[in-house]
Amino acid sequence: MNLESMYQEIILDHYRHPQHKGLREPYEAEVHHVNPTCGDEVTLRVHLDGGTIADVSYDGQGCSISQASASVMAGLIIGKPVGEAQHLQEEFLALMQSQGKVEPDEDVLEDAVAFAGVSKYPARVKCALLAWMAWKDATAQALASAPSMEESS
Amino acid sequence: MTLDVERIRKDFPVLERRVHDDQPLVYLDSAATSQKPRAVLDAMAEYYELHNANVHRGIHTLAEEATALYEGARDTVAGFINATDRSEVVFTKNSTEGLNLLARTIGDSPSGGESGNEYGVGPGDEICITEMEHHSNIVPWQLLAQRTGATLKWIGLTDDGRLDLTNLDQVINDRTKVVAFVHQSNILGTLNPVEPIVRRAREVGALTILDASQTVPHRPVDLQSLDVDAAVFTGHKMLGPTGIGVLWARREVLDALPPFLGGGEMISVVQMEGSTFAEPPHKFEAGTPMIAEAVGLAAAVDYLQALGMSEVAEHEAALTSYALDALHTVDGLRVIGPDTTEQRGGAISFVLGDLHPHDVGQVLDERGIAVRVGQHCAAPVCRRMGVPATTRASFAPYTSFAEIDALVEGLQHVRRFFG
Repeated sequence: MNLESMYQEIILDHYRHPQHKGLREPYEAEVHHVNPTCGDEVTLRVHLDGGTIADVSYDGQGCSISQASASVMAGLIIGKPVGEAQHLQEEFLALMQSQGKVEPDEDVLEDAVAFAGVSKYPARVKCALLAWMAWKDATAQALASAPSMEESS
Repeated sequence: MTLDVERIRKDFPVLERRVHDDQPLVYLDSAATSQKPRAVLDAMAEYYELHNANVHRGIHTLAEEATALYEGARDTVAGFINATDRSEVVFTKNSTEGLNLLARTIGDSPSGGESGNEYGVGPGDEICITEMEHHSNIVPWQLLAQRTGATLKWIGLTDDGRLDLTNLDQVINDRTKVVAFVHQSNILGTLNPVEPIVRRAREVGALTILDASQTVPHRPVDLQSLDVDAAVFTGHKMLGPTGIGVLWARREVLDALPPFLGGGEMISVVQMEGSTFAEPPHKFEAGTPMIAEAVGLAAAVDYLQALGMSEVAEHEAALTSYALDALHTVDGLRVIGPDTTEQRGGAISFVLGDLHPHDVGQVLDERGIAVRVGQHCAAPVCRRMGVPATTRASFAPYTSFAEIDALVEGLQHVRRFFG
């Protein structure tokens, strides 16, 4: 295990220059998630358009892993059909729970494969998952408030 | 006489550990839990190897030996904190359990009236804590307030992380029934003045409870002279094992409060229609207690007393002074809490530029340096001080000046790593 396996250059880039950051209108659901032990927090909004994730906007504070993960996630799922984004979330969750034993599929996860090294550090897995869990929660709420979207996804 | 730290370090097997590619361990997380000297480990192993039996209920040799060791541990602790009587020392699981025991039994005491108990609380009564409490001295009182209709008040903080006592007479008033406060903040390192708070609490007749988790391991603490009604601390922060803590309270308080957990050991006579209860401390020690842990705690107290608590305090004050100076040489580092050695202990929180403490701690760990990062179970303090979290270095009798140098070099490396 070495530090560079966790702090991949791509992660540090997203940390220094976060993409899609800032809370935007319109949105159907907004959630606020925290990691109570470390103080990481994210406020995240989801805007659905038909069956598509039209926008994911967020703001928050936290470590490089949690902030970079939000940035990578937004880039990955904005514009994707809801079902495909949900599949990505499951893939990413499986990767983070793999303790470094799963070879990530770069065709599916793209930049998010950079977080594979984080899965070897149990204390940091929740940092990488914070934004993804917030997105999952917000999307479920958005779908619940507009059930017709779920059908079209 | 100053401590011979190099000799002390040899007593702690874990300090020989090497981590991450053969880096020597630099353990600066003693406020979370301390390391254990060989004497404690040996005492616990010897208890299991030679004396293991249940206490207070056997007439065979081992049972008597185990009882003598367990009750002997109570005597050792009572002497260490200068308790008036050994029956004032109740063994708990940890400080958290001690505080919950108090909050729960205070809530179970009927308030006022014929059957009333002077310690009971009810609607209209107030409980006073401070903004720098560990969550363990916040949440039990919030729960008590919810259950009884009492109101929770707190003493706020100044910008440099000390208690703001300017409105003490308003915050502690005629409605106040309980004042529970921390002796030394686990996150800020602030050493609080006990005397003015206890004096005001006495004026209004409130019960005073001191969380001494961060002082008993590090300086001489005489609970009689502090004049509080009750105090808690925990074994694992004072070179002892996990799983044992101490609730000390004046005998009349323990007599007046109702039992906490029910079961064996805490009773006098049990009939199907009802039971009567044992005298303190056994009234509050239901079930088979943590016998080996009590033996370990007594060994830890013996070890600390052999070092001398004044010598321990002096060593840690020197470390703190050295560390504050050294940390100030790191670009962008800001100490959260008192920035001087005055009325503070050896737990120093800081932030490094806008780097998140998680990232700081991770890079330090790669160099074998163990610090605590996060909110330290004191989220309101972080909110008040305007930081999401902190990095904390904390000291113990075995901490060396070289370890502080390693921390400072590590922090320089962190700055370079994140560029």
